[in-house]
Amino acid sequence: MRRATTSLGAWRSDGAARWVFIWPTVIVILFLSIFPLIASVALSVSKLAFHKGGIDLTFIGFNNYTSLLFGSEQSHLLGLVKTPTLLGWLIFALGVGATIWAFSRSVRSGERTSGGLALRFMAGVGFIGLLWLFVGTTASVGGRPGALIVTLIFVGAGIALQVLLGLGLAILCVQAVPWRRFFRVAFLIPLTITPVGVGYMFLMMTDTSKGPLEPIWVGLGLRNWSWVTDPWAARIAVIIGDTWQWTPFVFIILLAALESLDQEVREAAVVDGASRWQTFRTITMPAILPVLSTIVLIRLIEGFKIIDMPNILLGGGPGTATQSLSLQAYIDWNTLNLGRSAAVAYLLLILVTLIATAYVSLVRPRATENA
Amino acid sequence: MNPAQIRPHRRLNPFRRRSPLDLHPLAKLGAFALLCGWALVVLLPIYWLFVTSFKTPYQVDKGPFYIPFVDFQPTLDAWRYILVELGNDTLRPYVNTVIVGLSSAAIALVLGSFAAYALVRFTYSPRLGIIGLFVGCLAFALVAMTLGAPVLIALTAAIGVFVILAQTIGRRFRRSLGNSDIAFWMISQRILPPIAVVIPMYVLFQQIGLLDSLVALIVTYVATNLPIVVWLMRDYFAALPIELEESASVDGASAYRIVRSIVLPISVPGLVATFLIVLIFAWNEFLIALVLTSANAQTMPLQVAAQNATRGPQWWAMSVLILIMITPVVVMAILLERYITRGILVGSLKG
Repeated sequence: MRRATTSLGAWRSDGAARWVFIWPTVIVILFLSIFPLIASVALSVSKLAFHKGGIDLTFIGFNNYTSLLFGSEQSHLLGLVKTPTLLGWLIFALGVGATIWAFSRSVRSGERTSGGLALRFMAGVGFIGLLWLFVGTTASVGGRPGALIVTLIFVGAGIALQVLLGLGLAILCVQAVPWRRFFRVAFLIPLTITPVGVGYMFLMMTDTSKGPLEPIWVGLGLRNWSWVTDPWAARIAVIIGDTWQWTPFVFIILLAALESLDQEVREAAVVDGASRWQTFRTITMPAILPVLSTIVLIRLIEGFKIIDMPNILLGGGPGTATQSLSLQAYIDWNTLNLGRSAAVAYLLLILVTLIATAYVSLVRPRATENA
Repeated sequence: MNPAQIRPHRRLNPFRRRSPLDLHPLAKLGAFALLCGWALVVLLPIYWLFVTSFKTPYQVDKGPFYIPFVDFQPTLDAWRYILVELGNDTLRPYVNTVIVGLSSAAIALVLGSFAAYALVRFTYSPRLGIIGLFVGCLAFALVAMTLGAPVLIALTAAIGVFVILAQTIGRRFRRSLGNSDIAFWMISQRILPPIAVVIPMYVLFQQIGLLDSLVALIVTYVATNLPIVVWLMRDYFAALPIELEESASVDGASAYRIVRSIVLPISVPGLVATFLIVLIFAWNEFLIALVLTSANAQTMPLQVAAQNATRGPQWWAMSVLILIMITPVVVMAILLERYITRGILVGSLKG
């Protein structure tokens, strides 16, 4: 339980501060979020026709949604599902097994309310559904992942890499190594470049004939091989670019968290003969887990909106291999299909809200309870 | 003054052990090597931008050329083009970016820190019924507007109805939400991709008459960055020991005073990191700026994107723009980095 919600009550009961502290924030967010939220719902259930001097909005119900989920746009959004290969079945079976194990464990623990169990059950079903879509489109013969799975791949791989690298670098940077102040500023630089600029910069860097890595391409005998035409090479390029750009975000916040830890506890532990790994696991890690879980949540939300890197680097190609949900919405928007664009964005909103809710209610409490 | 006399050991061996917590010299050397490796990964693209900004289109096309004066004859053409020929067309977006970035980051940091503190130390329980009433009245106002009622009258009526209902039947509702629900509501406002909200935003600011103004950008960036500030600072405040605040409160300090003179000073590392993050977000935002501005209020990211013209990307000009765009942020990071170090006051909290 958070110390925050338990220990206040008696002291400082004067009401003014309670409201003055929080209302400005609530009002600003409300003012700028509520109208766009409603207006884009309205857009997503309409068809727009442009003509001289104005726009006609016609109500078409859930047509945009049904065509995306079940109709002509299904293969674009969800992909082409085929029977998985042996490896695919293996991954799927492992995932289902792990989900059932986790669920049965929470049932047997007897600590969860029926609402909590229902939430867990739905999260499990949703996870298995997504896993099936993933396996059927990527680990199958003739399958092709749609924007949804491509986005999930970007987000999953990106967050894992960024958190590992960011945490590692932050830990190294709090040690008393030479040049540490230089490293701390240098590592922040990728984040300071505007995302559009990072996209173009990576376009320069990955050019196999004019880019700085050209000797390496030639040395590897890949002069005539173009990564742009290989779906997985293209996706990996996007993930590398995304990781280059966003690792500093994880790094700088974890650095601040690590720096404000109390040194004395760790010193005492080391003097008492605890190993470095023990002090890290039992003292440092629990203390930074809440911050780490917040970083993952923010990166989760931001990562699902990935657009600039796949768009500038590859235009969503080859084919639609790197087309993320946000990019699909952008392409529809560019072709003035605003209704469908809003519908894609709303499906993204629903998906991310579900994932973030599951994360906040199932994963994050574990991270914060020891704090 | 001879530095060697002041700290002889440091001069002799930068890898020596300084405290029981410090690494073994060999481990330190390894850490140093790893950090250098990542620094190379980070700085190589920046170096490439740097040399590209001194190349002619021909040199970029025939590349790769690595070292000026050795591989190729550098030229200031791109710099002259951006800084002299474009002159004011570069300066205006630049000034705009600085104004919008700094002010929106500062406002978001102040408002968000107070809200984060409130979410950590006070308990809120907004009633579900009241929220439902609010949404209902809003829907009522929207329906009225689509049926042709004037915006102002519809909104006033809706607010009036809401206040009356909240005061009367609102009191009967029991179920309520908690602090974590408020925090989640805030962060959930960032989920919708900007592409879906830019047109409604455009209409909104058109109605208020703030299109192509810095105020519109500042307000938007404050609103979009507030959830980030709230979430980052919330974790930070929650990790602070409550004893100092309690004793200050017993001594009669007001909540505002406690935040300003106790909580914020010991949170400087977190505040600095958060400020840098939201500054960078506002500094670099592209799509909202693209839609909300046309001439006067344009910001630098639009200039960068504009270099991908009909003749293909103008790499040299783009490199110059990116470099002059990141310089102030990097300088600020250099100046602020020293504050992201061990909290000086941590010792005094033990007492």
